This record gives sequence, structure tokens and C-alpha cells, in this order.
Amino acid sequence: MGILFQCRDAVDVFRKKEYDAAVKIQSWFRGCRIRAYLRYLHRVATVIQKCWRGYLGRQHYQLIVKLEFCTMKMNLYNAMAVRIQKRWRGYRIRKYCFNYFYLKEYLKAVSETNDAIREALEEFAEMKEREEKKADLEREEKKRDYQARKMHYLLSTKQIPGIYNSPFRKDPDPWELRLQKAKPLISQRPKVKQKRGVNISNRLACTSARSLPQSEILPPIDRKQCQGPFRDITEVLEQRYKPLEPTLWMAEPINELKMAREELRKQEWMRNINDNMFLPFSSYHKNKKYIPLMHSSSKYGPNSYGSQHFRDENPKKWICDKDFQTVLPSFDLFSKYGKLYSKAGQII
Amino acid sequence: MVAELATRPQNIETLQNAGVMSLLRPLLLDVVPTIQQTAALALGRLANYNGDLAEAVVKGDILPQLVYSLAEQNRFYKKAAAFVLRAVGKHSPQLAQAIVDCGALDTLVICLEDFDPGVKEAAAWALGYIARHNAELSQAVVDAGAVPLLVLCIQEPEIALKRIAASALSDISKHSPELAQTVVDVGAIAHLAQMILNPDSKLKRQVLSALSQIAKHSVDLAEMVVEAEIFPVVLTCLKDKDDYVKKNASTLIREIAKHTPELSQLIVNTGGVAAVTDCIGSCKGNIRLPGIMMLGYVAAHSENLAMAVIVSKAVPQLSVCLSEEPEDHIKAAAAWALGQIGRHTPEHARAVAVTNTLPVLLSLYMSTESSEDLQTKSKKAIKSILQKCTYLPALEPFLYDAPPNILKHVVGQFSKVLPHDSKARRLFVTSGGLKKVQEIKAGPGSLLQEYINSINSCYPEEIVSKFFPGVQVFVSFMTA
Repeated sequence: MGILFQCRDAVDVFRKKEYDAAVKIQSWFRGCRIRAYLRYLHRVATVIQKCWRGYLGRQHYQLIVKLEFCTMKMNLYNAMAVRIQKRWRGYRIRKYCFNYFYLKEYLKAVSETNDAIREALEEFAEMKEREEKKADLEREEKKRDYQARKMHYLLSTKQIPGIYNSPFRKDPDPWELRLQKAKPLISQRPKVKQKRGVNISNRLACTSARSLPQSEILPPIDRKQCQGPFRDITEVLEQRYKPLEPTLWMAEPINELKMAREELRKQEWMRNINDNMFLPFSSYHKNKKYIPLMHSSSKYGPNSYGSQHFRDENPKKWICDKDFQTVLPSFDLFSKYGKLYSKAGQII
Repeated sequence: MVAELATRPQNIETLQNAGVMSLLRPLLLDVVPTIQQTAALALGRLANYNGDLAEAVVKGDILPQLVYSLAEQNRFYKKAAAFVLRAVGKHSPQLAQAIVDCGALDTLVICLEDFDPGVKEAAAWALGYIARHNAELSQAVVDAGAVPLLVLCIQEPEIALKRIAASALSDISKHSPELAQTVVDVGAIAHLAQMILNPDSKLKRQVLSALSQIAKHSVDLAEMVVEAEIFPVVLTCLKDKDDYVKKNASTLIREIAKHTPELSQLIVNTGGVAAVTDCIGSCKGNIRLPGIMMLGYVAAHSENLAMAVIVSKAVPQLSVCLSEEPEDHIKAAAAWALGQIGRHTPEHARAVAVTNTLPVLLSLYMSTESSEDLQTKSKKAIKSILQKCTYLPALEPFLYDAPPNILKHVVGQFSKVLPHDSKARRLFVTSGGLKKVQEIKAGPGSLLQEYINSINSCYPEEIVSKFFPGVQVFVSFMTA
């Protein structure tokens, strides 16, 4: 019995071992299979996830690209808009509110004008100074001349040297030369002060031409007395103020005749009752304009019918063929009209 | 009698009063004309000397007699009588009113039509003195029809007559716009404008003064004066030798400039500002005053004009005036003008501050010797300049000596500039300004405190805290 049990046990051991081995092999194999299956599943899941993720990523990426593109566009637009606005704002401010460059130009122009004015004023001041100096010098000269003229007696003569021509000097003093040039000053006669309060009412009315004129005393003529014997002053004045005695020819005016006529006319006019001229026709003065007949004042000349001929122009309308004859003889009174009674001086 | 009177005019100062009047009066009615003339002359000289004597002349009832005989007598008498009227009228308005009341104006106006220029001159002088006192008297003179005759007198060839007529016109037109308008309506401006070119300096004085009296009342009158084409001829008068001509010319320009910006612009465009600046530089004392005021008026209108004034180098000249002049009112005017220039924009304030005038202004404000007017003006000028000044080197001295009310403006300016400018911050610390700011004691929540806080916030904490115990600054911090 023991060997059976030993055989059973040995088989059992083997059986266990084999069973374990088989289990091991099977489990390992199953494991491999499952692993392979899992691997496959992983792979497939990865592929699915990969595709899905790729899809999602692409979507996202497109969104980003779109956004980026929009942003880029907007930036560009903004930049361009900024440029436009920059120009526009500058232009608007300069045109309507405040132009900086104009201000700068203006200030520059102001300072240039200021400089110009300063120069001009300097020149003006200098000119004034020069004129003043010149005037001063002239005044000095005049004064010195006047003094030299007053002191002309200090001039040196041949015998006696003057005070400005001292023998101990090399050249004479400049005053000496001035004195030589100066004309001696003659003392003026004292002018008579005329009292201008003289009454003019003392003047006589000059009625006759022979009286001397009583005008105001003329101011004295300021020169030396003329030399020589003179005629008596009353004679001279008589001669000077002798009235005019013209010849007969000069006594009458040249248009005497005309004036006499005028005089006569005036006298006659005095006696006129009516000043109007004697008029030829009664309605001459009425100044009516003569309105001729329209009939005779046509555009194409006066109608000759009625003045030149009294027959119609159209011969068909004539009553008879013969010409008209004058029935009455012409008036004898007017046969000599225009002709004189004598042959001399006949009107041709 | 005649001899006695003839000697009297020579020794007026030793004369007594009342007796003479009663003596002279009957002499006026004397038959001989020379006696009348000399009596009138004597009366005139007496009245000229003293106001009381003039009153005695009026009280002695001499005026009606004079007026009555003015109409009839010869020209020497007229001259002497007009001289009396002038001498009486010049002392006070009441005496002038007395002259007007006895009907002298009509006779004086008749004298203005006389042929002799001496008579016209005396009559014009008398009318000028009467019209000088107040507006009613001027109106009375105008109502008597004197103005057209005065304008005719101006056109006469004698220089003395022109002078007197111009001064009479100036006295008439100075009181009110209506009177000035009356003078203008007669066409006086054209003649006055022509006479600016005359070389005689006393005439120029009067003409310029007449034009300035006309121009000062209103914009229209000023424009009419300008239309008479006085620019740029008037600028040559600014270079004249005579001081009063310069003064009157700058007065005229000032009166024109003060009305509107357009008129000031006109003056600037013709180079007037440069001429006035040179004129200020060449004279002293009261002569400068109108020129200084003119610069102030021009700058006050707009900032472009103020910039033009700055460009014409007026600011150094004004600061020289401010420091040199002894008189307070001229200094006040210079301070005001500088304030007007500097108050517009930071550029202007900088131009003023660069010339180092602000410390001078501050000292004038602080000194106890300055008059009220000077103090107020310099304070206003400082305030207005400081509110725009961003030129820090000029502001720094103020931190040390300014009184609190000015200090707050200074600190305010610092607080505006420092946050933006790093170099300025560095300079501020190195020059010890930050330290000073910390030492200022300000009430909490006051404006000053806020400014101090904003300054402190520009700097890192360590530096600020270092100052509290009053320690010196380390430059390395800022340079790192």
C-alpha cells in the first residue's frame, strides 16, 4: 500500500507540478495573448485618440491662426489709421487752432523787424547827432566871425604888429588870419521905434486926385544916405503924384461907339412897355413842333402825289388821256418875284 | 504914471497886494492905449505869480472890463489881456470858472481869429489853461467853438503858436471821450500826425501828448490815431534827445497798445517793442515808466504777443529796471510787467526765470521798506510766474527763503515736475532740495502735505527715511 501511496504521491507531486506548470504555461500564454490584445487595444485607442487629438488641435490651431491673422490685420489697420489720424490732426490743428511753425516764423520775423528798426533808429540818432554837431560848428564859426569883425581894429599894420601877431612867435596866431579876412563891422544906426498906436482915423479922405496921400509912415530904408544936392521934396512929390492928363484919343475908351450904342439901346429899353419881341405869327411863341401829315412824310420820301402831280400814277385809272391844263393864267404879281426892277444886279 | 507902471512889472516879488489892484483898475480905462496895455501887462504878471493875487484880480471886478475891452482894442492890448486871463485861469478851477462866467470865452475865441500870431498864441494859451482843470470847463471851451480855430492855428507857420495850440488841444481832449471825439471830428489828427516830423522838440512833446490824450479813451479813437499812419514815424521820436519827447512818445504807444490785442499786434509788427525796449534802456527814472507799462500791456493780451515781447529781449531790460530803479512805483510797474510776461505758459515762465529776476521779486516782496503797492504787485507776479514755472534751478532758491504761502506753490511745482524727470530727481537730491522739503512742516491733509507726499513717493523709502533725522544724502544710491 505504501508504494501506491508513494506512486500516488509521486504522481500527485508530478501532477501538481505538471498542473502548476501547465497552469503557468497557460497563464503565461493567456497573459501573452491578453497582453497582445491589450497592446492591440492600446494601439487602436492611441490611433483613435491621436486622430481625435489631431482634429481638436487642428481646430484650435485654426482658431489661433484666425485670431492671429485678425490681430495682425487690426494692427495694420490701426497703424495705418494712426498715420492718417496723425496727419489729419496735425493739419486740423495747424489750420484751425494753432500753427506752431507759423508762430515760429512770426517770432523770427518779429525779431528781424526789431533788428531792422534798431538799426534804422541808430542811424537816425547818428544822423541827428551829426547834424547837431555840424550846426554847433557852424554856430561857433559864425560867432567867431562876428567877433573877428567886431575886433577888426586889432589887425596888425605894417608899422605896428597887432596883439595876435607878436614878433616873438613863428607864425601869426590864427585869429590874425581871421581878422585879416573879416570885413569891418559898421555900427548900425539906432532904429527909430515906431509907435504903432498911431490913430489911423487921422487919415484924410482922398477926394481930389491932387492931394498927397496920407498913408502911415513907411519904415526907414536902412542904407546910407544918398549923397548930393536934391530937389525940394515938395516939388518932387508934386511931380510924383501929378494926376494923369491923357490926350483926347486916350481920354475916350476904344469901344466908345459900341458903348454909345449900348447906352442908346438901354435908354430905349427903358421906355419899352412890352419886353417880348414882335413875333411874325400869332402862334410863333407857342413853340409847337410842326407835325407834318403822315401822308406826306412817309419813309420813302414825300409822296409826290398831291405836290408834284395830281393824277394817279396808274394810267389805267385816268379819266381822260390828255394832260391837265392850267385854266387860270398865273398871277402877275409874282411874275417879277426874285427879279429886280432894274437889270443891274439881276438874279441869275 | 506910465513910467511908474512901466517899472512895476520888473519888481513883482517885492510888490504888495491890495493897493495895486485898486490902482491898476482905473488905469485900464485910461485913454492912452499904452497905459492900458502896460496896466494889463502888470496885472497879468501879478496874477501869474500867485494864486491869491489872481483871486484878488477876480474879486476886484477887473475881468468884465478886460473882456469888454478885449473885443475892441489893438493887438498889444489883446495880448496883454489874454495874458491876464491865462494867469488868472491857471491856478484853480474856481478861478477858471469865474473867467468863464464873465463871458471871456467868446472874446478869446474871437481873438483866435485875429491876424496877429501873438494874439492867437495868447488866446490859445488862455483857453488851454482854462480847459486843463476839469471836464465842464473843457466842455465850455468847446461850446464856445474854439476847437476848429485851434486846429487852424496848428496849421500856422509860427512854431510857438503851433506848440500852444497843440497843448490846448491836448488839455481839452484829456478829460472825456466825447471831448476827444469833438477834437477828432474837426480833423485834428491828420495835422497832429504831420507835425510829428517837425524837428522842434517842444512842439513834438505837445503833439505827442495831444495824440496820446486822444487815443487813451476808446478803441475807436485809438484806431483813428493809428490810421493817421503814425507808425513807424513815432518810433523815431523814441530816439530823440529830449527826454520828455521820449516819455510822451512811449505814453502814446502805451495808450494805443492797451486797448485790444490787434492794436498791440500792429505795434509789434512794426518793431515797436524793440524801439521801446531800447528807449527804456537809454533813460532813467520816471521817463521809463510808460515804456515799462507798454510792455506789460502788450504781453498781457495773449501768449503769442508775450512771446514776441520775450523775443525782442525785453525781459533782461525789465529785470535791470527792477533792480536799478530807486522809486517804488517804477519797480511796481516793472514787477507787474514781468508778471504779465511770465504767466502764460512754462516757456514764458522759463524765459523770465532764466534772468534771475525771481529772487529780486521775492526780496522786494519780503522787504519792509517797499510800499503796499509794490508788495502786492510783486506777490502777484511771483505767484503767476511760479504757477507755470518748470525751470527747477530757478525754483530751488525759493525753497530756502520763501514765506509759507509762496512755498506751497513752489513745492507744488516740484511735485508736478519731479515724477517725470529722472535727471531732475537726481539733481534735486544732490542739491539738498529733498532734505529741505522734508524739513518743511505742513499741517496734515493740507495741500502742502499732499505735495510733499507726492515728492516723497518719487524716491525709494530708504532715502526718504534717511532725511527724517536730518542725515546727509548718499549719492551712490541714486547713481546705482
